[in-house]
Amino acid sequence: MKPTYESPIITKLNAGMMNKFGSRTEYTPVKSIDNVAVADLMDEYGSPLFVISEKTIRQTYQKALKAFKMRYPKVQFAWSYKTNYLDAVCQVFHQEGSWAEVVSGFEYQKALRNGVPGNLIIFNGPDKSAEDLKMAVENRSLIHIDHFDELYMLIEIMEEMENTKARVAIRVNMDTGVYPQWDRFGFNYDNGQAWNAIVKIIAQEKLQLEGLHCHIGTYMLTANAYAVAARKMCELALSYANTTGERVKYLDMGGGFCSSNTLKGSYLQGADIIPTFDDYAKAITSTILQFGFRPDELPLLILETGRALIDEAGYLLGTVLATKRLADGRRATVLDTGVNIMFTSFWYNHRISPAQDFSQHAEETALFGPLCMNIDSLRESVILPIMKKGDRIVVHEVGAYNMTQWMQFITLRPNIVMIDTKGDVHLIRKQETVNTIVDCEVVPEHLAKHNL
Amino acid sequence: MNKRKITVAVTGLNNIDSPGPGIPVIRGLKESESLDVRIIGLSYETLEPGIYMHDLVDKVYQLPLPTAGSAVLKERLRYIVSQEKIDVLIPNFDAELHNFIKIQDELKVELNIATFLPSQTIFDERQKSELGKFGEKYGVKVPESHMINQVLEIRKLEETLDYPMVIKGRYYDAYIASTYEQASTYFYKVVAKWGYPVIVQEFVTGTEVNVTAIGDGEGTCIGAVPMRKLYITDKGKAWSGISLEDDELMEISRRVIENSKWRGGCELEFIKTKDDEYYLLEMNPRFPAWVYLANGCGQNHPEALVKMALGEEVQPFTDYQSGKMFIRYSYDQIVDISEFQQISTMGER
Amino acid sequence: MKIRKNIAISENGFIFNPMTGDSFSVNETGAFILQKLKDDESEETILQNLMDEYDLDTYTAERDLNDFLSMLKGHQLTTNE
Repeated sequence: MKPTYESPIITKLNAGMMNKFGSRTEYTPVKSIDNVAVADLMDEYGSPLFVISEKTIRQTYQKALKAFKMRYPKVQFAWSYKTNYLDAVCQVFHQEGSWAEVVSGFEYQKALRNGVPGNLIIFNGPDKSAEDLKMAVENRSLIHIDHFDELYMLIEIMEEMENTKARVAIRVNMDTGVYPQWDRFGFNYDNGQAWNAIVKIIAQEKLQLEGLHCHIGTYMLTANAYAVAARKMCELALSYANTTGERVKYLDMGGGFCSSNTLKGSYLQGADIIPTFDDYAKAITSTILQFGFRPDELPLLILETGRALIDEAGYLLGTVLATKRLADGRRATVLDTGVNIMFTSFWYNHRISPAQDFSQHAEETALFGPLCMNIDSLRESVILPIMKKGDRIVVHEVGAYNMTQWMQFITLRPNIVMIDTKGDVHLIRKQETVNTIVDCEVVPEHLAKHNL
Repeated sequence: MNKRKITVAVTGLNNIDSPGPGIPVIRGLKESESLDVRIIGLSYETLEPGIYMHDLVDKVYQLPLPTAGSAVLKERLRYIVSQEKIDVLIPNFDAELHNFIKIQDELKVELNIATFLPSQTIFDERQKSELGKFGEKYGVKVPESHMINQVLEIRKLEETLDYPMVIKGRYYDAYIASTYEQASTYFYKVVAKWGYPVIVQEFVTGTEVNVTAIGDGEGTCIGAVPMRKLYITDKGKAWSGISLEDDELMEISRRVIENSKWRGGCELEFIKTKDDEYYLLEMNPRFPAWVYLANGCGQNHPEALVKMALGEEVQPFTDYQSGKMFIRYSYDQIVDISEFQQISTMGER
Repeated sequence: MKIRKNIAISENGFIFNPMTGDSFSVNETGAFILQKLKDDESEETILQNLMDEYDLDTYTAERDLNDFLSMLKGHQLTTNE
């Protein structure tokens, strides 16, 4: 038999630039996901292809839930729709017991369609129309008020609604010692704005303050910031109790937990520096438990973490379209997975594995997507085994935001499949066709024809 | 006396003009009176001089860069222990410590490699940006410092801080600013390189004095030797230094090690003011490159660390000689390209 | 295209250019091609050798060989005598 062929390479050994250990590479091929062969998936569903592991979602969810339940008696997760609102994904979370957390009328409709009872939908965000608010009030959903204009709009709406109360909370922002401070959402704690909003709500017959909500940032590398936030939330809850004699029912600590993706510019690997679910849980629950609530009056703890629950369950499979030399001699590899479907590559250095065997040799390469646009660059420099046209790759941890923030730009969006816990594969979103796009378009009559 | 044979792996073989601590640590170990130490050098680059020092380094393996992550590091160490046993491993680079601290328990359990490192908590507490809290918690004066996110906050700090003030990056870099204009320029310079927050620190004038120390992790300071730099390179590194006799400095250093229950080697950097007050500027979480001076003064810190890593009880050093000097020199080794080829292509020699 | 006479190629794919002091590493296929160049084989012959040695189509072989030769040239390892 002839030896396996690999493209010839020559690498200059630069002092001080030595790669890894000699020329060995750190990568191992990823040939299957949950025991389903990557090659089979791509043969059947095409390339690129998103793959979601139901097993990983459920395991991750259970791990997060356990971290909190071990430490605190009343815990409730609410699935952050914007992180991934594919119906199949949402249903996995709802089966696990998650409520829905939505930030637009569109997401709200989606949650209702998924059969989530209205009173288990949390409605966040700065953009809620009058119609949205009416619908939320009627469905007894939890409305998390973001600003005074929304508060006044809700008060007006309630004047016209008979025999009903709106269940509300306010979103609170605060200094937790981390930068940047997310002060654009909600009412500020430190300057008293949040308390003013609460006072305004107390004065309203038809508004019932049920809870307090905060969401201190995203990809939070320090668990301690949540302890600071939890303490300020408890202070507010206490002030409310002292003023009204009533208790808020819940504290919603939002999300912002890290996945193990590595941020661009980070020296260390994400997996090595991120806090665990246990770290976050410890910071939040010990603060609330030690604050001094009576055991039977402990508020329900709600969490809206999205990224940390779904990122790892998502994979993107792709194909090498071409390899070429750049003017400076560097290798460039063109993949069919571009920034159009991998929005998170703007801020992460995603881990990318070849899906087939390779030799110990590796070469530095730039990774580009397929778009005819200069922005479509996935990695400026990464050391990968030598790959050729037609080789397949697996991009890891793309479950969060990519399937919601993706762009229909230049090309169409691909299939998404889910591998269930038994290893069966289900198509959960069909690849778009030209009709998906042009069906929404209308051409005025005078532009219908030309004489080319 | 019959010396006990053990194998110790050491990083930081970059014995260049801003040297890593690896070679000085190895010299200490080689001079142990009770241990016969075989040295495995762990290198990141192919031109680290220690790779080619056959009388000090018995065998060399390349390690993956810290950016590759702790999982890859562990895999590499798994390969190395499949070749030969490592009793103790001493990491000497700031950038690699995070990963080693993270996997220290796994190294012991899975690969039977002992280390002697601080916990992640104490390691984090002495980060530059946390220095104020660190000083308060462990009873040592530190320069007044503030973390700021906006350049205008410097104006506010002018009420309590006089110029010059020090503008520092979160991890590295420090500039001395004499005016608001300078301070704001440095602010943006630091932000561009290290991000937010920026540390604004009181400028304390005086003499810089440093201490190399080692703690047992239980609240005992096993050894400490103070030194003043006599001559520095253009990069600010000590070229020559002298051991000092200074009871108060010793007392403060011991207090920091004891109160923080520091585990392993470290370097404490102080400024001694004209009024004989000591301000801690920084605590480096590993032996300094001049740790061999401690050996010359009668305290073999690397040997003590290895013994503690192996679970032995080590009595604290009670004495050292002051007035001992170190004077660095550089030395051209002659190496055949075949050796460079070996380490470059095989990742070991 | 010919490889410079004084270039040393070792078994494990280490290349040393004593004229410039540069060193390089190549993989097996690279070492295979370099050896043929040292033996003064023509590009056509090397192309045929590659396809005999490996399971390889003409298109890939030609493309990879050209790419490799251009890298050798870029690294100043060749002469055009």
